Amino acid sequence: MNKTKVTEYIENQLKKKKILLMTHIVCGYPDFETSYRIVEEMVKAGVDMMELQIPFSEPIADGPVILHANQKSLESGTTVKDCLDFARKVTSDFEIPFLFMSYYNILFKAGVDTFVKEMASRGLQGAIVPDLPPEEGSKYLSCMDEKGLSPVFIFTPNTSFERMKYIANLARGFVYCVARKGVTGLDTSFSDKLETYLQQCREAVQLPIALGFGVKDKSDVNFLIGKADIAIVGTQSIRVVEQQGLKALGPFIAGLRD
Amino acid sequence: MKNNENNENNQWGEPISSGTQVVGPYFGAYGGAFIPEILYSTIEELKEEFHKAKNDPAFWEEYKALMSNYSCRPTPLTYAERLTEHFKGAKIFIKREDLNHTGAHKANNVMGQGLLVKRMGKTRVIAETGAGQHGVATATMAARFGFDCTIYMGEVDVKRQRPNVFWMERLGATVVAVKEGTRILKDAINEAMRDWVSNMDSTHYVLGTACGPHPFPEMVSYFQSIIGIEARKQILQQHGALPARVYACVGGGSNAMGIFSGFFDDPVELVGVEAGGYGLSTGQHASRLSSNDSSIGVAQGYKTYFLQNHEGQMKETHSVSAGLDYVGVSPILANFKETGRVRFEAATDKEVIEALTLSIKKEGLIPALESAHAFVQAFKEAPELSADKAIIINQSGRGDKDIFTVADAYADPAWREFIIAKAEEYHE
Ligand SMILES: Cc1ncc(COP(=O)(O)O)c(C=O)c1O
Repeated sequence: MNKTKVTEYIENQLKKKKILLMTHIVCGYPDFETSYRIVEEMVKAGVDMMELQIPFSEPIADGPVILHANQKSLESGTTVKDCLDFARKVTSDFEIPFLFMSYYNILFKAGVDTFVKEMASRGLQGAIVPDLPPEEGSKYLSCMDEKGLSPVFIFTPNTSFERMKYIANLARGFVYCVARKGVTGLDTSFSDKLETYLQQCREAVQLPIALGFGVKDKSDVNFLIGKADIAIVGTQSIRVVEQQGLKALGPFIAGLRD
Repeated sequence: MKNNENNENNQWGEPISSGTQVVGPYFGAYGGAFIPEILYSTIEELKEEFHKAKNDPAFWEEYKALMSNYSCRPTPLTYAERLTEHFKGAKIFIKREDLNHTGAHKANNVMGQGLLVKRMGKTRVIAETGAGQHGVATATMAARFGFDCTIYMGEVDVKRQRPNVFWMERLGATVVAVKEGTRILKDAINEAMRDWVSNMDSTHYVLGTACGPHPFPEMVSYFQSIIGIEARKQILQQHGALPARVYACVGGGSNAMGIFSGFFDDPVELVGVEAGGYGLSTGQHASRLSSNDSSIGVAQGYKTYFLQNHEGQMKETHSVSAGLDYVGVSPILANFKETGRVRFEAATDKEVIEALTLSIKKEGLIPALESAHAFVQAFKEAPELSADKAIIINQSGRGDKDIFTVADAYADPAWREFIIAKAEEYHE
């Protein structure tokens, strides 16, 4: 299997940085103009890649903060088409790779092949679909492969080593290692147990590994250096903007790494 | 043919064994398990435990004993003589799931899953609930088995079904009013899923209907099949022949799957009745299989027909009955819609109140608002059939819980006065 562009990018960045940062936004929350400014701030502050979440009415894997953002965005009228247009804009204005994150129904309803083509034509480089296990995703996998996009799959502390190997075979780009049980936005304890888990993830897959769920400050990111390739910051940046305003975002992101 | 009437050992009826129709993960194009990776091993464990139990005769014995000693099984099949006279058509029989402990068919599923929880060694159960019937049944099961229990219920439903919330809390359950989304059943399911992805080691999710990821549709239908197995035997005894048609209301589809299971292999027409709300033309309903407003999608762990917009966002639904007010439907029934094995109809809120009124007056039966949907369609069709034919209506639950909604529908002045007086009493 050839490396996807995402994998190549990560490997190159890792020559310059000890750990990469991936952040997350919910498209259209609180509105598209603000979404754009958030992306701009994040890129300026040195983020290496970003997840753009297309809001869905039933986001079962998300905790209260992201759930709320999904709902508010939908209430203000956000459509999938708006998110695709937004993706076009940010992929042309900014250099870093962007991935979509959403739930499977959004792809399924559009038609998986149509959706993947739309993604490719908008310059997106991959997708994370938390309710699509590889067993149900053969069409998605072949469409993504055809376009050279990265279908990012998930490891969890409940995933057996054997299953990690199975998933590793199908994954492209990198693997998203979930730090703990539960939904997004709750605390994670950055402990020896997490380190052992990450070692196991590393052993199961050759692709770069990213750790997400509960990463919220510099000490968390420091803990991950040498153990994971990418630290994923999701909920915390939404909280920072909600509580301290957009101007606090740049310093927050920049302050996550030395 | 399964569960033959000649089989003397089959007094109680055995679970549906034939019927590739009800073996997951897929039912035609519908079903599957679209779950976050974190739940993979939990679902595997559940599948394994369920299949072990299904193949263990001692398990079914234990289930039967529990259901007869604790929940009034077998429930009667009642011949509705005065309704039959009224409609001057087919003989109307009513399967009395309202006589289950806690007042609905929900007990069949919940007690079965409770036994599985014991086998898995888990100590806590969670559930979603719409009407509150499944919540009460789950809280009751938890009290009986000594499990901790949390029930998720949409805020809107908490308001319309307060008596059930009261009892759940008395039974020791924590009731969480879900304030997300449309604040009804689907949102309660999402919240229960979020709890489950956090606490799966100690916790089993007692899904209340034949929906959700594999193995739930198959497992819930398996426990509910007891309804159809009994009903088939009873109608043969009382009427001497199979019924022409069987009617059941369809929320998620569990009571319908339950009673239909007895007749899959027979020349019996099966009719599922969905919530027509204010009428199909208003768009304010919960008719997934009887309207053209739904389309195939994937949400809440499974693939089926959903009431959703063209981009896959779920729509708001409406029904006078909280238990039918849901965007999705059992993937098994979606498949039966496609194969034509089950016919789907819708009953409006208004028709439901009329049918309820009639069955109270003529038979002294108070069906739940959910169940009354099945009565509506049966009443429409009974006059078309000759007097030598029989039909069965599944009375999935009793209507006591609906007293507030029904009193409002009747605009009963004395009731209103009573509530106002009671409220004033509390104010003092
Ligand atoms: C009495 C009663 N009947 C029917 C239903 C609908 O569920 P299902 O379609 O799974 O039987 C409910 C759900 O709450 C109920 O309480």
